[in-house]
Amino acid sequence: MGIIELREQLQQGHVSALELTNQYLERIQEVDPKVHAFLEITAERARFDARRIDELRSKGVLLPPLAGIPIAIKDNICTKGIRTTCSSRMLEAFIPPYESTVTEKLWKAGAILLGKTNLDEFAMGSSTETSAFGATANPWDLTRVPGGSSGGSAAAVASGECVASLGSDTGGSIRQPAAFCGLVGLKPTYGRVSRWGLVAFASSLDQIGSFTHTVADAAELLHVIAGEDYKDATCLKVSVPNYQSILQKSISGLRIGLIKECFDPNGLDPQVASAVNKAASHLESLGCELVEISCPQFNYGIATYYIIAPSEASANLARYDGMKYGYRAEGVENLATITSQSRAQGFGSEVQRRILIGTYALSAGYVDAYYKKAQQVRTLIRRDFDAAFAKVDVLLTPTVPSTAFLAGAHTDDPLQMYLSDLLTIPANLAGLPAMNIPCGFDDTGLPIGMQLIGNVLEESRILQVAHHYEVTTNIMSSNL
Amino acid sequence: MAAVKGQEGWEAVIGLETHVQLGTASKIFTQASTNFGDDPNTNINSIVCGLPGTLPVLNRKVLEYAVKAALALNLKVAEHSKFDRKQYFYPDLPKNYQISQYDEPIAEDGWIEVEVSEKGKETYIKKIGIERLHMEEDAGKLVHVGSDSLSGSRYSLVDYNRAGIALAEIVSKPDLRTGREAAEYAAEIRRIVRYLGVSDGNMQEGSLRCDVNISVRQGHHAPFGVKIEIKNMNSFSAIQKACEYEIARQIKALTDGEKIVQETRLWDESKQITTSMRSKEVASDYRYFPDPDLGPIEIEQARRLNWICELPELPASKRHRYLEEIGLSIYDARVLTDELPMAEYFESAIASGADPKILANWLMGDISAYLNSNKITIQDIKLYPSQLAELVKLISSGSISGKIAKDILPELIEKGGSPATMVAERGLEMISDIDELRSIMNNLMVSYLEEVQAFRNGKIKLQGFFVGQLMKQTGGKADPKITNKVVVEMLNSLDQ
Repeated sequence: MGIIELREQLQQGHVSALELTNQYLERIQEVDPKVHAFLEITAERARFDARRIDELRSKGVLLPPLAGIPIAIKDNICTKGIRTTCSSRMLEAFIPPYESTVTEKLWKAGAILLGKTNLDEFAMGSSTETSAFGATANPWDLTRVPGGSSGGSAAAVASGECVASLGSDTGGSIRQPAAFCGLVGLKPTYGRVSRWGLVAFASSLDQIGSFTHTVADAAELLHVIAGEDYKDATCLKVSVPNYQSILQKSISGLRIGLIKECFDPNGLDPQVASAVNKAASHLESLGCELVEISCPQFNYGIATYYIIAPSEASANLARYDGMKYGYRAEGVENLATITSQSRAQGFGSEVQRRILIGTYALSAGYVDAYYKKAQQVRTLIRRDFDAAFAKVDVLLTPTVPSTAFLAGAHTDDPLQMYLSDLLTIPANLAGLPAMNIPCGFDDTGLPIGMQLIGNVLEESRILQVAHHYEVTTNIMSSNL
Repeated sequence: MAAVKGQEGWEAVIGLETHVQLGTASKIFTQASTNFGDDPNTNINSIVCGLPGTLPVLNRKVLEYAVKAALALNLKVAEHSKFDRKQYFYPDLPKNYQISQYDEPIAEDGWIEVEVSEKGKETYIKKIGIERLHMEEDAGKLVHVGSDSLSGSRYSLVDYNRAGIALAEIVSKPDLRTGREAAEYAAEIRRIVRYLGVSDGNMQEGSLRCDVNISVRQGHHAPFGVKIEIKNMNSFSAIQKACEYEIARQIKALTDGEKIVQETRLWDESKQITTSMRSKEVASDYRYFPDPDLGPIEIEQARRLNWICELPELPASKRHRYLEEIGLSIYDARVLTDELPMAEYFESAIASGADPKILANWLMGDISAYLNSNKITIQDIKLYPSQLAELVKLISSGSISGKIAKDILPELIEKGGSPATMVAERGLEMISDIDELRSIMNNLMVSYLEEVQAFRNGKIKLQGFFVGQLMKQTGGKADPKITNKVVVEMLNSLDQ
């Protein structure tokens, strides 16, 4: 059951918040040894908060929209007083003294924190295999990856360990795991949701978003976490629409653009292509107009991203030097060695790889050819989208060129791993809202997802399309 | 300007890089306090420490202060500018990058007028170009235990109180030619920022820091020589002496056939020399790129014009006005305009109609002496400018003597009040009646027959004794000129 049904159940008194929380905690006990979605389970706090909700409800107090709903949070989002590790040795013992804006909003809305979920270290990865604390398994097939970097958040929802979860998406880190795990994964417009408290990976690309079973739940969560924040200068000062109440709006007549560069058979699993095309036809049957769109610079996104993101990351991760907090190497005494050893020991190899790439791309003699050039291509990619949205209302692509791959399949080949993000990256570069909706299964029963991309601040529109698709197809009717 | 002995034919080329701490209550990107002198690591928060997940947000007051400083320095304020990250690893830099401005600073291409004055030399005015002004955050402080610097210390302690305080970095063009000019330039920058109220410009506390770039060449038109950076000067005189030492050192080296190698040197105040920084500086590639957490800085015309209107009359302008319109000397104009509150007091007193030159003398003399010995400022005294003006008018109209004025001044400074009323109430009016004074002198001469005799026998110094006695008899109210005349006249008269 999703947020809306559970809220109904709680309001009707069919279940108490404590009972519900305990159900989920039991489920975590049962499956997490195999799935390993969670790094930290905050059982005591969850029960405490659930009891409080029940108490307030019994007194007839009007409760906020997420009262009693158990949620999990990706471990790169700071939660006050609760360890936030970014799945890294570097922050293994880090306990934030402050709360991130999104979680502050969630707690104010009455949500229950079940725990912190696993991720690729510092959100750098597409499989959750670079976590310093062990990988997460895909609940659909435990020999496969759940995707990344928000693999833990995705697996937790997909395995029924929580109702919904928050993740972060820099190049596809919500949408790709959502596709691999058969979930609705939403990345809002850049700046729609505050980044205060999100441990920075690539500042101009990072956004916090959600994993839910249904589109309606995604609308619920977005309404709670979106909005202006004076603590984040990049957070937009734009009012938050009531996303839930406009889901029903008719999508008949909407023009849906299929980006042809995303359907290139080279490198695209034919079953994925087929499922997405079928979904497109279904949307057509609902009254939408399908339009073929070209975004000529689309495929340069991945090269562009793998210069810009590491460049920003190299600066964002410079603060981890063993001086003020975090991991400090032992037995080293001089300044240069404390820093270099702490970082060499505290960071995994993928993080080190990206820091080195970013340092190189920004260094004198190379910055023009790499960083500046990449920013220019980024502008061209944005312009492709601008041109597209002059012709259509929403864009449709597959989310990932494949379904969930086997654990260990790409760990020796970073470039292969990076290709997983091919279709999701451009929306981050352009700052556009984008989401994954399940649209089928492959012949081994693995979920396939399609991606909807909207224009700036048009979350409502993609939610509407996704919602209508979901309620008229019932793709995810099976339970784990 | 006469050349220094041994330096004929050589010209020094000097530029100053000045860091001014902007005196906002909060730091540049967060609300933490900027208070000086607090216990280590008290004025910090999660943003100052660069904790994971924290973000900077620009303090708008900092922007206002920086732009006002730029306007006062005649710089062109950019409509669009941005912040960049300047990356390097050092423990005093919490994020291991400093948020600064690189290629699009808030202001460029300005100048200031510097009045160069030195004892025994003629004062002259020079226009010094300013390359740019930009905003950046200050770093924290390291305290090394066991050594003066990082190398050789047993350990170092890190204090982030200073980290994140707003700085305006001001880079001059290499228009300075002598140590004195450099010192005067720095002093003028300080004067200007204090006038604006955007900084207290205190070199000892570190709210004004200067680095010097200095090279020498043979003649005006020779290409620039290799420039040396000098750091660690904590006063204007140190700036002057460091430049003079370095110029001499460079000229000697070049004359001896040595080459000047680009390096950073430190001024050693105790030894009065510059020394090479032992540690080899790694070539600095700061890998600048625009800070993605902060938006572009936009200054529209309207806002800029508003801020222009809020600027006070600046020191150079005041100096000119005092010189040309009020008729003060260069020296007096300099002293009175050094601090804005004093200048404003002076102008206020003039507005009440007192003679400017007499006012100037009182302010620079007795009143300044009082302020210094009581460690207060002109803003602390209870005497209004109009009341000081009243006192001056009493003197210039002959109502009271200078001595009486000096006597009642401390009380007036401490309590304020109308000098005219005080004089009337206490009967302090000057005694100018020559007959009255003659009569008193007469009595004195009767009382001090021996002294009269001694005077007439040649001890002419006793004139002062009688002047003093006459003053004492009149309670200091006798008109000094008439007193003198009477004493001289009657001592020398042979009628008695």
